[in-house]
Amino acid sequence: MRIAVTSTGRTLDSPLDPRFGRATCFIIIDTETMDFETIENENVEAPGGAGISSAKRVADNNAEAVITGNCGPNAHRTLTAGGIKVYTCSAETVKEAVELFKAGKLTEAAESNVQSRFGMEG
Amino acid sequence: MPENLTIAVASGKGGTGKTTVATNLAFLLGEQGKQVQYIDCDVEEPNGNIFLKPHVTDVKKVTIDVPRVDTNKCIHCGKCGDICQYSAIVAVSDTVLTFEQLCHCCGGCRLVCPVDAIKPKPIQIGDVEYGYSDNIECVTGRLKIGDIRSPAVIRRVKEKINQYKITILDVPPGTSCPVVEALKGTDFVLLVTEPTPFGLNDLKLAAEMVRKLGLMFAVVVNRSDIGDMNVRQYCERENIDIVLEIPDDRRIAEAYSRGRIITDVVPEYKSGFAELYENLTDMLEVKLSEKK
Repeated sequence: MRIAVTSTGRTLDSPLDPRFGRATCFIIIDTETMDFETIENENVEAPGGAGISSAKRVADNNAEAVITGNCGPNAHRTLTAGGIKVYTCSAETVKEAVELFKAGKLTEAAESNVQSRFGMEG
Repeated sequence: MPENLTIAVASGKGGTGKTTVATNLAFLLGEQGKQVQYIDCDVEEPNGNIFLKPHVTDVKKVTIDVPRVDTNKCIHCGKCGDICQYSAIVAVSDTVLTFEQLCHCCGGCRLVCPVDAIKPKPIQIGDVEYGYSDNIECVTGRLKIGDIRSPAVIRRVKEKINQYKITILDVPPGTSCPVVEALKGTDFVLLVTEPTPFGLNDLKLAAEMVRKLGLMFAVVVNRSDIGDMNVRQYCERENIDIVLEIPDDRRIAEAYSRGRIITDVVPEYKSGFAELYENLTDMLEVKLSEKK
């Protein structure tokens, strides 16, 4: 299964980024082989609509699920429209999040858990 | 001097007395028998009507066009989403989602759609109220609560500028998009400030903005006998005229708190506002003659 995990760095040992729309990057992982690629997120500094653009990006990369810390309503709506399942967790690293997912310990987020613009700094 | 100026009353800092200056100026000019209109562009919190108390004759809705997608025609090419800078429309897998709150109604998505699947859908974002306070024509723009697209309401309100009247524009505070929208095309800007560090800081930002817009401007210092001398020193250094100083007078505060016009309650302030208007018409005349 192809899943996207929000990350603050480029490797599986990088800390999980709690933000979805404005995550530093997305790590797309094949859960069977643990092969992965890293996509930089150009929406980090977006004034608005970051969640939607990021969801579109993840969908275009054929991810079937997303693991992140928090997901706002616009991102959630876009991901759902793309048939992508959303899981939120507070794992330390990307790898840990994937392990939890594979062990079936994450439950699907049926709705957003934060408001729009939650991930904006300042 | 033609009697058809558009005078904007603005300020960097909020709560300095924009509405006080704007309503008193409109009131005084009206009392002098001039053809005057007061237009409230502070659409997030329009309150000039508290003081001018216009008799409202008409209210019109302000709408903008957001996209409505015909899913039968859509071929999921994604061009609409690619052109939208605000992610207000996005094509994902076999659907197209719209986010009406994010749309800035540029119409780009409709233009790029190769199969004409996107049609305009009007949604209300505010209203405009028309009325009269004695002989002063009053126009008030009001943004719907929760909406952020104030420039669209401001544009609509400014369509009512009558070029045969003196127009007093009450501008929102700050230096961002709504302020620029309100100031565009005006003849003169009055920047209202107070002689405090906050007043000075925001006056500097406002002066910089007005200069970038290439507009003539001068400063009104409200509660002029409080604070320090730094606003005056700044104006002197920058060659900015201070055209009116309003003292920190308890009678003004009392009139204001009752929703009254100062010059109506304390007539001794009439001369100051009358001089203010004469001053700025003189300044505009000088500028016009320089151009010739």
